[in-house]
Amino acid sequence: MSKICIVFDRLRLEEKMLEGQASKMGHDTIVVDAKTSQISTESKKNDIDFGDVVLERCVSYFRGLHFTACLEFLDIPVINRYDVANKCGNKMVTSLLLKKHGVPTPKTYFTFSSEEATNLINKVGFPIVIKPIIGSWGRGILPLRDKDATEAILEMRDISDGSHDRIYYLQEMINRPPRDIRAITVGDQVIAAMYRKSQGDFKTNIALGGDPEICEITKEMEDICIKASKAVGGGILGIDLMEDEKRGLVIHEVNNTVEFKGLARVAKKNIPQEMINFALNQVIK
Amino acid sequence: MKKIIMNCSECDAKINIPDDAAVGEIVSCPECGADFEIAKKNGPNVELKPAESVGEDWGE
Repeated sequence: MSKICIVFDRLRLEEKMLEGQASKMGHDTIVVDAKTSQISTESKKNDIDFGDVVLERCVSYFRGLHFTACLEFLDIPVINRYDVANKCGNKMVTSLLLKKHGVPTPKTYFTFSSEEATNLINKVGFPIVIKPIIGSWGRGILPLRDKDATEAILEMRDISDGSHDRIYYLQEMINRPPRDIRAITVGDQVIAAMYRKSQGDFKTNIALGGDPEICEITKEMEDICIKASKAVGGGILGIDLMEDEKRGLVIHEVNNTVEFKGLARVAKKNIPQEMINFALNQVIK
Repeated sequence: MKKIIMNCSECDAKINIPDDAAVGEIVSCPECGADFEIAKKNGPNVELKPAESVGEDWGE
């Protein structure tokens, strides 16, 4: 039997489900709060109990990413690996990798000053979607539909001093039904998918109250999700798809620390069980 | 379910802590809305600390 470690910073239903499932399968579990942990360059694998494999589940992206780097320093297998978390945490890097690996993805433009963002929008035209390159739950994502609102948004970015605020990520608006699809990939399998319907506005995130409804996993969906997973390095991922009226499915986001309580309510497969089985396969024998 | 009752450090209202709540979980004051993290829990002895506020990098 192996020992599964769940690293968290805010214990949510997902972490409790994973721990409960691992225990039910007869494995030892340990739940570690990243906020109360200390690791150093002098630390050795056996100094701290992180079990045989870690599921990194921090809600703070940078905390989880840096904690993962420490765990890999200690030669502990972590899901997801640092390089995967690093790629998925940055929407620009993700978009570039998806395109590079032939995954259908919305046309996305990058500029590195607000002046050039304005020039680009003048050239491409409205509507266009602006997204922060770091961040989740739909925060800071806005459809730009006219010049006045765009100027105000770019002006706000200019006076903010966030480390990523000078990087402008602008994406074509996809003509789609008022919903998107969230698929969960575990290794090279799509284990569940759901529609997320908007609540009458632009965004569809479950964190914002989007309503989950099971979605059939088609061959097309499976193929592009697995391709997207491979593009970022694999692991346990939450893949966001849109149904483009002309092109079919396009992938716009790959999430590293997937939330699944909404999908677990409607999925046929036991999501935590699939994740624990995948983690067990990563244990160094 | 048996409940443990704590007082909110902001407004002194009563906060119910479910018996099966675990360290790291967040409880909210029903009156003022302040969020607290369960810092320690040993049977009925519970220690709360103010929960971290949502950061720019929070999410999936």
